[in-house]
Amino acid sequence: MKKENIKLLENGKRSDGRNLDEIRNINIELGIIPIANGSAKFSFGNTVAIAAVYGARSLQPKFLQEDEKAVVRVRYNMAPFSTDTRKNPGIDRRSIELSKVLRDAIENSIFLEEYPRAVIDCYAEVISSDGSTRITSLNAISLALALAGISMKDLIVGLTAGKIEDKIVVDLNQLEDNYGSADISFGYLFATDEIVLLQMDGELKKEEFLYALSLLKEKAKVVYEKQKEALRNYLEKEKYD
Amino acid sequence: MAELYGKIVLPGEEVEKNEFSYKFNDRFISKKVSLISKNEEKTKAISLSSTYYPEVGDNVIGIVREVEAAGWLVDINSINYAFLPIAEVVREFIDIYRTDLSKTININEVIYAKVINVINYKIIQISIKNGNFKKLNGGGVISVNPAKVARIIGKNMSMMKLISEKTNCEIIAGKNGYIWIKSKKAENMIKAINAIKFIEKNSHFKGLTEMVIKYLEEK
Repeated sequence: MKKENIKLLENGKRSDGRNLDEIRNINIELGIIPIANGSAKFSFGNTVAIAAVYGARSLQPKFLQEDEKAVVRVRYNMAPFSTDTRKNPGIDRRSIELSKVLRDAIENSIFLEEYPRAVIDCYAEVISSDGSTRITSLNAISLALALAGISMKDLIVGLTAGKIEDKIVVDLNQLEDNYGSADISFGYLFATDEIVLLQMDGELKKEEFLYALSLLKEKAKVVYEKQKEALRNYLEKEKYD
Repeated sequence: MAELYGKIVLPGEEVEKNEFSYKFNDRFISKKVSLISKNEEKTKAISLSSTYYPEVGDNVIGIVREVEAAGWLVDINSINYAFLPIAEVVREFIDIYRTDLSKTININEVIYAKVINVINYKIIQISIKNGNFKKLNGGGVISVNPAKVARIIGKNMSMMKLISEKTNCEIIAGKNGYIWIKSKKAENMIKAINAIKFIEKNSHFKGLTEMVIKYLEEK
């Protein structure tokens, strides 16, 4: 890898022509999987994730059930065709780790005690990958959970930030993810002002990190509004099919 | 575009106190996608989607999944199977060592039952002994979102009667989201199922009855 040859910033613009604090196009489709209790497709530019939520439903075998609260299962997976070099299908170390990270974020955003002995199954499938895949999956799962009627504190809003050539930017694409010097994944609940997901790769100074965090909170509002708008449009339309 | 039955509220939005809200820093925040309708007396919140948790007194449709030594295990679309003891089915004495219970009610048969006991959502007991509760012969069961059952039944069962009349079907709706439909003709049954699914999708609009009549006439 020749890092020197890749120019991430040119005349203050990023490799895909965005400003430093500009988010890629957000596209949302809801109710795409009729058999699921809730489903959504969420995309940040070229990164597309599909999520389906089933439940709260019965958990088998019974010894896994918890008396007082629900169990959350999350499966994050990248399709073999989602990346430019084929990814081996199936579970690998990375997808197990990210499933766990997403599960922690979701567990902290929903009222588990309302669903004793049940399981809430969340599946996220990345079908096209161009950076920020875990965050795209989190946004998709958030919308699917809302449609499935699960009690939650707020819609979960996710966004990434990073450092490229000493500048803090939001919503990284694949190129910036690979060649930037740091990246942060961030999941946030606006209603309770809680951070449910925070991961960092690379190195940032304290001031840079705090600035990134404030920028993330500010820009996450855009994603939040998009999520709410999509849900509203979906629910206010009659369905004749 | 049809008018909504109330105001749509999304999770995380500030609302007046209702059954789907939680308190945070002196504010009430909605937990669910719900519909809030106001009239002179009170505000009412309806969830647009939910899971069925049984309560004593609910009328449910169940599908028998297992025949046990002293009763049946019944799927009532909830977290755990419900138990139907022999004593809640027949009045006379049955010697369980000599009788084959599957001759009374067999696996995959459908019953209309009442929930009589719920302990910790683990032990759920149902009964078909009194009232209209019985084993249902023939027909089929479809599953809908339990939050929409009230709309499918309608005020004084008006919606169910409407579908019944227009499609010549016998319909019984359980509070758990299972709906039993029986008809002599398969086309009628398909028509009824489509109408019920239509209500499920559009339950939060005003003038649903007219929409359903229009839908049934078009099909």
